[in-house]
Amino acid sequence: MQQSAYKTTADLAAAVGRGDRSALAAALNLLDDQRPSARSIAGDLLAQLQLMEDFSHSHLIGITGPPGAGKSTLCAALIAVWRKRGLRIGILAVDPSSPISGGALLGDRLRMQTSCEDDGVFVRSLSSRGQFGGLSAEVWPMSVVMLAAFDIVLIETVGVGQREADIARLCDTTCYVAQPGSGDSVQFLKAGILEVPHVLVVNKEDMGDVARRTSAELKAALNREHPDGHWEVPVLATSATKNVGIEALADVIHQHYDTLTKQQQLVSRRRRYQAYWIHKRLQEEFGSFGIEQLGGEQLLLAQLAENDVNLLQHYESLRARLLER
Amino acid sequence: MSQDTVKRDRPWLMRTYSGHSSAQASNELYRTNLSRGQTGLSVAFDLPTQTGYDSDHPLARGEVGKVGVPINHIGDMETLFDQIPLDQMNTSMTINATAPWLLALYVAVAERQGVDPSTLQGTTQNDVLKEYLSRGTYIYPPVPSVRLTTDLIAYTVKNIPKWNPTNVCSYHLQEAGATPTQELAYALCTAIAILDAVQASGQVPKERFHDVVGRISFFVNAGIRFVEETCKLRAFGRMWDELTKQRYGVDNPKQRRFRYGVQVNSLGLTESQPENNVQRIVLEMLAVTLSKSSRARAIQLPAWNEALGLPRPWDQQWALRMQQVLALETDLLEYGDLFEGSHVVETKVQELIAGAREEMARVESQGGMVACIETGYVKSELVQSHTRRMRNIESGELQIIGVNCFQETAESPLTAGDESGIMKVDKKAEEEQIASLQSFRLSRDVDKVEQALELLRAAASDGGNIMPPSIECARAGVTTGEWSEILREVFGEYRAPTGIDIAPLSQSASEALVLVRERVRKTGKELGRPLRLLIGKPGLDGHSNGAEQIAVKARDAGFEIVYEGIRLTPSQIARAAQEEGVHLIGLSILSGSHMELIDDIFMELKKIGATDIPVVIGGIIPEEDSKQLLQNGLKAVFTPKDMDMNSIMAAMVTIIREAHSLEPST
Repeated sequence: MQQSAYKTTADLAAAVGRGDRSALAAALNLLDDQRPSARSIAGDLLAQLQLMEDFSHSHLIGITGPPGAGKSTLCAALIAVWRKRGLRIGILAVDPSSPISGGALLGDRLRMQTSCEDDGVFVRSLSSRGQFGGLSAEVWPMSVVMLAAFDIVLIETVGVGQREADIARLCDTTCYVAQPGSGDSVQFLKAGILEVPHVLVVNKEDMGDVARRTSAELKAALNREHPDGHWEVPVLATSATKNVGIEALADVIHQHYDTLTKQQQLVSRRRRYQAYWIHKRLQEEFGSFGIEQLGGEQLLLAQLAENDVNLLQHYESLRARLLER
Repeated sequence: MSQDTVKRDRPWLMRTYSGHSSAQASNELYRTNLSRGQTGLSVAFDLPTQTGYDSDHPLARGEVGKVGVPINHIGDMETLFDQIPLDQMNTSMTINATAPWLLALYVAVAERQGVDPSTLQGTTQNDVLKEYLSRGTYIYPPVPSVRLTTDLIAYTVKNIPKWNPTNVCSYHLQEAGATPTQELAYALCTAIAILDAVQASGQVPKERFHDVVGRISFFVNAGIRFVEETCKLRAFGRMWDELTKQRYGVDNPKQRRFRYGVQVNSLGLTESQPENNVQRIVLEMLAVTLSKSSRARAIQLPAWNEALGLPRPWDQQWALRMQQVLALETDLLEYGDLFEGSHVVETKVQELIAGAREEMARVESQGGMVACIETGYVKSELVQSHTRRMRNIESGELQIIGVNCFQETAESPLTAGDESGIMKVDKKAEEEQIASLQSFRLSRDVDKVEQALELLRAAASDGGNIMPPSIECARAGVTTGEWSEILREVFGEYRAPTGIDIAPLSQSASEALVLVRERVRKTGKELGRPLRLLIGKPGLDGHSNGAEQIAVKARDAGFEIVYEGIRLTPSQIARAAQEEGVHLIGLSILSGSHMELIDDIFMELKKIGATDIPVVIGGIIPEEDSKQLLQNGLKAVFTPKDMDMNSIMAAMVTIIREAHSLEPST
């Protein structure tokens, strides 16, 4: 474990909270580490962090969409805007891995063109490691660590199927980037395959008519009120390469955060989502039978919702219980 | 014998691609080469000049004067051609992103020499599109880059009519892995993209457009499969003739001729038993000379020891002598085309043409060459071809003498001795260049410089031809960095797709790969998470084949790879390694600036407290440097000798295990 510089997990947590880059890197490595000894320290670390504060000043944003929609360039443009506004950003970029070799090319850094010498930006790539097509289990705890260190945490991933659903059930604000000219997004939305995002973006608006038509179709297909309530889903046109509409997008994303805070939804929703995440992981690992062993879904979610600081430890102990059987 | 009555063809232009250290040192070299019978000049610029940085820019550190001559301003250019009258010279300049600028300097020097610029002869490579696919010295995004290319063409057609404004390069496509068919297709698609852009710019009147077509020339590679290469060049000639006639309506057959220069394949030259490169070079030269109807206009041969480091004057002389023997001693130039009427050759030519047409249609259907570069389509195709080639070498299907067969060798007297058979660039060259640049800056009229730069900015923003203000800048004493910076501000900078996101080529992995994969998996398990590798290309060198192939291979071996493309600073690499939590950093450096760059990376890792990450390097690293680097803490040095990539993977796993105090083998 590369955390020799920190004597205790409390030291490490404090350093992460200060935004220390090397501590952050060590913490992320730790959360990625599957060895039992590491998992117990990781649980402790997360509990320490969550004891420090509730991170309600930080904003967890998910950006998904089909391949080729220009998500990464859009993220780069957004990051530039946020940096200009003095915000610090942590990014989790999720790429798929090869089912054969387990290897993966994590190429997103390139496209995001993060500024090299900027201490206000930190990118960690993550391969999805072939877990049921969804986000890998580490994304949630990693996002918590990042929330402790940054104003904005951005999770970027190719949003198809399970990954997109996972994002919607993890982030405060989800933003779906549609590909102009492809009817898929519209069809998915209509069919309810796609979770309704909080913000819809048609990037590449410089493509002209094609982009305008896609915008119109999306607007028509969408019931404008988000199922969460109290939020009208806006459809925005942007061009990341020409830097058009990016400021407006950053504004809308922030408005959604404001709405959540005003309605005092942010913290409670995060807690709910975290419970959901753990339930889902346990279900993936141990199946419905495992969940029954723990007293069933209802009971499990209720227990998890009560516990708001040492959730990862809670998760580990539930796993341990099931593994012991 | 009536030898003197036989009518011989005139030999091609003989050049040596050269330039190093400083304008003065290169000038001396050029004058020596000319006195030895070289008939044209081929200028190699250093990487900062090619990528638009002054010698004292932080990114230029360690690169000044390494792979070519540093040219910062008109003073340098004047020194470079001192006592070489430009009206009598045919100069080829390998320059792309900054081509308009270097041509502007050349014109300004001609004026100072009292030479009428309209009489100048030579070539600017000026093909930025291939830089996004290979070589990597692009600066701006593709669209404004094509516009600069277009401006230079339009300007020279009007004002310097004997200039070859663009050398469409298939050379580097082959280096990036292109098969002969791909080389044909992508080079011709590039030419189409450029010509269409000139047409669309409206800078050349319709009735003069055939002059533009007539000035387009090509820069081609000739590999070791020299029969196929001969056929490729015949195919080029025929396809170009047809294309210029049908697409651009050029009537004059002379203007439809496929004019090309050659550098024979440098990438195929080996580090092991380097003397074998001599016969490789000679055979490759035959590919572009044997057939009269598709013979090269100009040839430059690499030196036998290029895979070892920088060639010495004697090595370059040897390369020139090879050309002279073929052109002047043999009877080659006394005959007509040797292959006319050969069914075998004709069949092959037809096959290549058919394949190339198919690929051209594919590019066209995806919106043309510029679009296919932006989407990464062409790059991925090239990476895939190159990966296939590397696998064939690995499996032994493709034999390379001295590399994957007949490795036994007696000790070579050629590489013995103190200098190990290569040239050392004077370490003081960079310091001296920087000092002279800084005193030049103090000597110029600042107001004039500012005014010229404003003219340049105006032209860049409002679409006026970039050449006249660039020439104005050259006269005023603007520097390479200043010229490029104005355009960076207007056009922005660009990072090209890496093309490495290709699917694994074959389902059945070789035994060696399966073994490595198992070690990668097991070591990852012991360390708690999958092994993660950062592949970095620091410095300005854009030859990314090696980095790409290692990335693809490591992915197939089960590593998680972070690869962010070319031209990264040591600080970017160190920070990315930390942020991504990698187990190993693998660097690729071919420009000769490895000592400085590795130093810098160690320093940056120290600064951020990440010295526990082991670092290895691959590239052209002389033996002596290699020893020094290992002493300084580098964990391994891989050179072109290490052809077996599975062994490289295995070595990397071992290094990671050692760094984490796991027992060496599993």
